Amino acid sequence: MKTPYSAFSLLRGAFNGQKHWEPAWRDPEPRSSYDVIIIGGGGHGLAAAYYLAKVHGIRNVAVLEKSWIGGGNVGRNTTLVRSNYRLPQLHNFFEFGLKLWHNLSDDLNYNVMFSPRGAMFLGHNDGDMIKLAERGDAMRCDGIDAELLSPKQIAKIEPLLDLSRSARFPIDGALIQWRAGTARHDAVAWGYARAADALGVDIIQKCEVTGFVRDGNRITGVETTRGRILAARTGICVAGHSGHVAGLAGLRLPIEAQTLQALVTEGVKPMVQSVIMSQSLHCYISQSDKGGIVMGGDPDNWPSYARRGQPTIKEGAIAQAVSMMPALSRLRMLRTWSGVTDMSFDGAPIIGTTPIDGLYLNAGWCYGGFKATPASGWTYAHTLATGKPHELNAPFSLERFMTGATIDETAVGPMPNHR
Amino acid sequence: MYQIACPHCGPRAQTEFTYERTTDSVVDPAADAHTAMHALYTRANPMGLDDEVWRHTYGCRAWMVLTRHRVTHEITAVKAIGPEALA
Amino acid sequence: MSADKTRGPTRAKTGEETIAFTFDGTTYHARPGDTLAAALLANGVGLVGRSFKYHRPRGIMTAGIEEPNALVTVGKGGRAEPNTRATDLFVYPGMMVQSQNRWPSLAFDVAAIFGLAAPALGAGFYYKTFFGPAKHWLRYEAFIRRAAGLGNAPTEPDPDNFSQTAGFCDVLVVGSGPAGLKAALEAAEAGSRVMLVEQDAVPGGSLLRDPDPAIDPAAMVERIKALGGKVLLRTTASGYWDHNFLTLSQRLAEPGAVPPHGFAQRLWHVRAGRVVLATGLIERPVPFANNDHPGVMLSQAVRSYVRRWGVLPGQRVVIATNNDDAYLTAQALVEAGAEVVALLDARASGPAAPAGVTVYHDARPSSVTGRKHALRNVTAVIGGSEQSFDADLIAVSGGFVPVSHLHMQAGGKLTWNEEAQAFVPGETPQVCETIGSALHPPAAPAAAPAGKAKTSFVDFQNDVSLADIDLAWQEGYRSVEHLKRYTTLGMATDQGKTSNMTALSRLAEKQGVTVPQAGLTTFRPPYTPVTMGLLAGAGARNAGAHVRRIPLHDLHEAQEPIWQPLGYWFRPRAYPVDGEGLVAAALREAQTVRTVAGLSDVSTLGKFEVSGPDAAALLELVCATTVGKLAVGRGRYTFMLREDGFVFDDGTVWRLAENRYLLTSSTGGADRMAHHISYVRNSLRPDLKCSVVNVQEHYAGIALAGPGSRRILAALTGAEPPRHMGYAPGVLAGTPVHVLAASYSGERAFEIHVEATHAAEVWRAIEAATRAAGGAPYGLEAMELLRIEKGHVVVGGEVDGRSTPHDLGLGGMLNKAGGFIGAAGLTRPALSAPSRNNLVGLVSLEGPIPEGGMLIQRAGQSPQGHVTAAARRILEGGAIALALLEGGHKRHGEELIVTSPTRGEKARVRVTSPHFYDPAGERYRD
Repeated sequence: MKTPYSAFSLLRGAFNGQKHWEPAWRDPEPRSSYDVIIIGGGGHGLAAAYYLAKVHGIRNVAVLEKSWIGGGNVGRNTTLVRSNYRLPQLHNFFEFGLKLWHNLSDDLNYNVMFSPRGAMFLGHNDGDMIKLAERGDAMRCDGIDAELLSPKQIAKIEPLLDLSRSARFPIDGALIQWRAGTARHDAVAWGYARAADALGVDIIQKCEVTGFVRDGNRITGVETTRGRILAARTGICVAGHSGHVAGLAGLRLPIEAQTLQALVTEGVKPMVQSVIMSQSLHCYISQSDKGGIVMGGDPDNWPSYARRGQPTIKEGAIAQAVSMMPALSRLRMLRTWSGVTDMSFDGAPIIGTTPIDGLYLNAGWCYGGFKATPASGWTYAHTLATGKPHELNAPFSLERFMTGATIDETAVGPMPNHR
Repeated sequence: MYQIACPHCGPRAQTEFTYERTTDSVVDPAADAHTAMHALYTRANPMGLDDEVWRHTYGCRAWMVLTRHRVTHEITAVKAIGPEALA
Repeated sequence: MSADKTRGPTRAKTGEETIAFTFDGTTYHARPGDTLAAALLANGVGLVGRSFKYHRPRGIMTAGIEEPNALVTVGKGGRAEPNTRATDLFVYPGMMVQSQNRWPSLAFDVAAIFGLAAPALGAGFYYKTFFGPAKHWLRYEAFIRRAAGLGNAPTEPDPDNFSQTAGFCDVLVVGSGPAGLKAALEAAEAGSRVMLVEQDAVPGGSLLRDPDPAIDPAAMVERIKALGGKVLLRTTASGYWDHNFLTLSQRLAEPGAVPPHGFAQRLWHVRAGRVVLATGLIERPVPFANNDHPGVMLSQAVRSYVRRWGVLPGQRVVIATNNDDAYLTAQALVEAGAEVVALLDARASGPAAPAGVTVYHDARPSSVTGRKHALRNVTAVIGGSEQSFDADLIAVSGGFVPVSHLHMQAGGKLTWNEEAQAFVPGETPQVCETIGSALHPPAAPAAAPAGKAKTSFVDFQNDVSLADIDLAWQEGYRSVEHLKRYTTLGMATDQGKTSNMTALSRLAEKQGVTVPQAGLTTFRPPYTPVTMGLLAGAGARNAGAHVRRIPLHDLHEAQEPIWQPLGYWFRPRAYPVDGEGLVAAALREAQTVRTVAGLSDVSTLGKFEVSGPDAAALLELVCATTVGKLAVGRGRYTFMLREDGFVFDDGTVWRLAENRYLLTSSTGGADRMAHHISYVRNSLRPDLKCSVVNVQEHYAGIALAGPGSRRILAALTGAEPPRHMGYAPGVLAGTPVHVLAASYSGERAFEIHVEATHAAEVWRAIEAATRAAGGAPYGLEAMELLRIEKGHVVVGGEVDGRSTPHDLGLGGMLNKAGGFIGAAGLTRPALSAPSRNNLVGLVSLEGPIPEGGMLIQRAGQSPQGHVTAAARRILEGGAIALALLEGGHKRHGEELIVTSPTRGEKARVRVTSPHFYDPAGERYRD
């Protein structure tokens, strides 16, 4: 039993040099077999392991991570959490997750700093405003919070936005989801890891999967850099590298790996209160608790595994952000980073079974995987435990591309680079 | 920011070019539905070289096939395609 | 300032201070060439800032861009730059500087109380407390946010501009120290195009600290320039990208200063043939208790202040080192008249010290105590026993870190130099080499820290101490990346330049491995922080989206229309008269079209001329309708599918001549369509004998619609206009035109396409004739009313990228022979599912219909569809709308509710056919 996290315990530590804390997770040697193996120690994989143990009582679980946990996209995003999608399959899924987010710190006994500060999409013309109303109406009919804001209401929340009519993209209004916000990304991975570990899950770092153990059309385990490990069910959960890992099992996926860049400025006192996005522009802005303005834009829309971005893509996103909020001009870009994203071919994720028995897939999160972490983990755990999709991830099947039941929020079709 | 050797214009900055898709996902209009959808909806995603269709969209607008490494970003070959390349 | 003039920082020899500036409202004087840090020290100011977490007093630790402590806000209004390093800011007359992160004043900061709570606030403390619902966290967070965050952002618009430019060179040299100058000059002499980049305001690098009579940087720079080289001072190579592409940021004015030509900075995008990195070294601090106090300074920085700026950072100095370089500092201090109280060398032996300096071997500092602007004393462990020294400054050197940031950004590897305890640049995949001291750091053996871990700071700005690193280790955050993220080490504005190696050594010690085995975090751009406005460039004004003007822009502007932004275009939305609002004007214009005639600008339509013997074959690939059977002089409506089978655009196709067609497509999709057709032609069917020319902007388009349109046009052209869906060339106002008898409004109508350069004459003639007949120009809003009533779909509305031809009622027009793009995708079962959303019309039974509203049968139900476009009957009145509804084709007659909870609107509607007006098309007949 680990020492629970609490203010009292921290105070106690003040008198013992904080010497009473144990490691947040163990560093076990891999066993020869498990009930379930999850490939990938990112947010989704760790969350799936946690819910397998907690909700389904399956604790003989290993999470295999080729590097260090949380080193992939869960630690490389802009930390936005929201459920404001137009399409019902998406908003229902993400809303389920948003509800988990609201209680996540307590559930994990790890403060993930989920901050429901509100996320707004700005509208810049009548067409935008109709589209935002349509999205908000679709959400509201399904019981999800959404509110239209007038420029005057926006000014109260974000006074530094350029709300003048002479702006290149004047702001006509916004759709805000108050229950949306941001969270501390690393803490999500660590919190799930610590909680899963406490329930008996083996988190095995520096263990790269190099191949699958196959018996006919069934996967019975994996070959790794630390030896062969068998399992009744194996789940791939390696955002960014799904195409590569699935390729080891002979699967070609409706996914292309692209680089998504993000950046943070030097810290300043509070200047951005909410999460700001736009219906017409392709940048998103929020401010971290340390004061840095965190922002991102469109992906580098060609395939790459390099985690090296293209500078003019960032410069374009910054131009949009400074144009929306001129006060950003004299801040300085402090740090940049890139993640390798699984761009799926309709913009929606893939969670479910594969044509190969015993092999499951959680992939294709495009640039929206962080917010999905709890819901993705929950539904993937259900799928891994029962062999069948949960009703929330049933629409996100791998087969949908061949049947045509694609879930295309941005409605641009199969080419991820057109999205 | 790559430097891409356009077969018609010479070396130019990547910002002049757009990526279209891998050559194995170019869908033959005469293909049967299954073959077409398989080409359209699956990719090999190698962690190495792949052949890709690019266009010098903000330059001469011509199309070409790049052989490009997905990790190092090295471009090992550029080949013109289109009617002019048929001759 | 210190009351005791023999203690604390001071100017060695005063008398040339001519530049007045203010710091926290007090006026001080500086010499030309002073950095703010030099000037403050010269004026006896050692306390400059407060730390991020515990608000501890901080001074000046370095003399360069690696400064973690001395951060200030400089300038005022929209030009204010928060978090500016005092060591990287050259004083100019009238400069206004404010300290940061303190309240009410730098000397008395209430938040310093956090320091008392430090034992409870170790690494990652916030992960372990503040539980409860997310709403509660918001409250704690508001407090934390206010306490964090360093300086204030400006609230006013930036008055300055930022320029962006491209550069090309054979050799780019980064760093103008001895190695960089030599390399640049040699390359220039060999005939290469050279760019030499230096972040400082003057060339010389380490020569400014350690002059070499044999090297004259200014003369070398002049020589490089004379050979055609470009030398950029105050310019930082901040990013090294793929294929030898680098971004440089150049300061044209100091932070906060009014730039002489309106441009504050310039961003360079440089493609270099070869890159030479002569980036030098950064000195490592030494961990000991209270090593963050003003009066603790890097040894080379001390030497810089003494030699370059004539400033004594302290008058009674202790030097602590593990290498030979700090002996030079002792020499410099002695020469400048300071007293070197002790030289603590962690090693058992070292070089000869300057006369009068006592050297202690096996000696490491363990703690210091301080006063406001300087130290009080230094305690050291010397051979196992403690000894204290009365000193106001400790100059420390814990070894050197090669500046390998650009090398790593370029994808280069590092190798471990055991002697120097440093990573040095190794192999690189790019055409790039590192030269000079970065490749050969001086020997500096590891020395174990001697003081209390809790206040032995490693990352000064973020208040990360050795104890925090130890705690992270204890809690299992053991990879470098975990350590960094858990403790926030290296995440401050100095990006860990002075902290990374100290932390890594501690981690290696904990793991019981060597430093290279412990790992290394990667360096990503930028090398030093870059101003956002600079990266935005001119895009800061227009979001990077240029406005494209239609050919007839000025003609419309004269009529003062309401403009409608549409992508990068602006089109007239309505032409109000007599103080009309948009709604009234649009209704009047639409009524005019229904009853007389109107003219409208449709220049932005996508337009493609396809010609050649295989033109029809190409069009039958792109269009999902038949084209080949079209007679010369005839046209038809068409639509295009994506490869997945969904409709993505529509337009008309016209056979102008035997082997010549004109294809039009939507405004919003024009670029996409141009790309698509080019792809199809070049990638799929390069064998076809045809050519495709994008003539979107070659032709301006004018729509003339209404029952009177035929007569007006006949009079203008002197010829009988073509019948509906016919084409004829003509001459109008002396200008050749294409007349297409196409209608979008439901009335007899024409599109007149004319070369853009002659469009004004043609528009004027048509407008005069139309007005004479009682008609008027109409804008997009009237066009919308007209097309909705007629039941025409629009791209971006009903053609939403998720609809099939069948959904939109266009299934019957599909080319039965197949073979078009999208035919395969269309065969997938989900594309013909009965529950798909189909296009329907809605007639209001009660209330106006909210556009975008949801269609439900009863309250509380999930939506079954939505309203894509709402309008009113133009002549009769009454609300109508188009909608996409689940299984809608079979639901005509059903009553539904349209609800818009976000707007609090609701309507009762009946589902109908989408064609409200003249469904038989009788009005097209003459």
